[in-house]
Amino acid sequence: MPGQDEPGLGSDAADPLVRPYVITQGRQNSGTVRLDMISVVIAARAEVDEMALEPEQIRILELCRRPQSVAEVSAHLDIPVAVAKVLLGDLIGRGYVLARAPYTTQSPVSRDVLQAVLDGIQRL
Amino acid sequence: MASNDSEPGEHIPAAIKILIAGGFGAGKTTLVGAVSEITPLSTEEVMTEASLGVDDLSGVEQKTTTTVALDFGRITINDDLVLYLFGTPGQDRFWFMWEELSLGALGAVVIADTRRLEACFPSVDFFERRGIPFVVAVNCFDGAHRYAEHEVREALNLTGQIPILLSDARSRDSAKQVLITLVRHVADTMAAPV
Repeated sequence: MPGQDEPGLGSDAADPLVRPYVITQGRQNSGTVRLDMISVVIAARAEVDEMALEPEQIRILELCRRPQSVAEVSAHLDIPVAVAKVLLGDLIGRGYVLARAPYTTQSPVSRDVLQAVLDGIQRL
Repeated sequence: MASNDSEPGEHIPAAIKILIAGGFGAGKTTLVGAVSEITPLSTEEVMTEASLGVDDLSGVEQKTTTTVALDFGRITINDDLVLYLFGTPGQDRFWFMWEELSLGALGAVVIADTRRLEACFPSVDFFERRGIPFVVAVNCFDGAHRYAEHEVREALNLTGQIPILLSDARSRDSAKQVLITLVRHVADTMAAPV
């Protein structure tokens, strides 16, 4: 269906108004990728067409050679989390970045995970 | 376990978070820095006033934006797991931020500053209401009055199940002990019948 993906104004009346950021070209997180502040992202091994990307996105790809959380991307690039989510969502859509959702309490953590966290802290 | 698709060879660890709460200047970022493998980072979230829960019916043209800073650190647990520690903004007007931050949190540390014990009341209320397991770390500032554990427990009206530790946020060993106590408490909470 044409226009389904249109990033138009008022595409979803329930969305809160967000300042149109220059570097996201006014796009909001379209909701196709649900990123959390601690979703972990990594650059995919893909051919990248840098001409099609924003300078910030090229920096994100460099940064994401190692796994990073959305919050880290935001902090390193000195951009708000909401902006990082939009830029990352775009990169994920192009297949340049892969993401993994965080653990949530909706799916309670297992004893194994708790034990791993405990061991990890004790090793510090 | 929630996981998006990933291609073989591009292994992505999952993240989990612990919140560090307490009043302004209680030592949240100090504690994060004491155990984090990276220098604590700061990120900003820009919010419209509409997100602040302000009951204002005067219209969209009145909206203003507010920037909320969050400090956080990281501890790599293993190849498959990364722990993030988020210092949560202590001020009441940032409650909306807590809602999002607390989603999926393993648990929380409430730092009590004995010079202003009442500053941590809102944090205690919040985690109690949300059923998020937490421990209270009493940050022992030099020169401040030292309270005994039971005095703090009484002042905060905490049940016997909530662990309270006297701690020094600057010390890695002390901060480790606080986190270990929290994770054990989370395990106990899971074991207990609801």
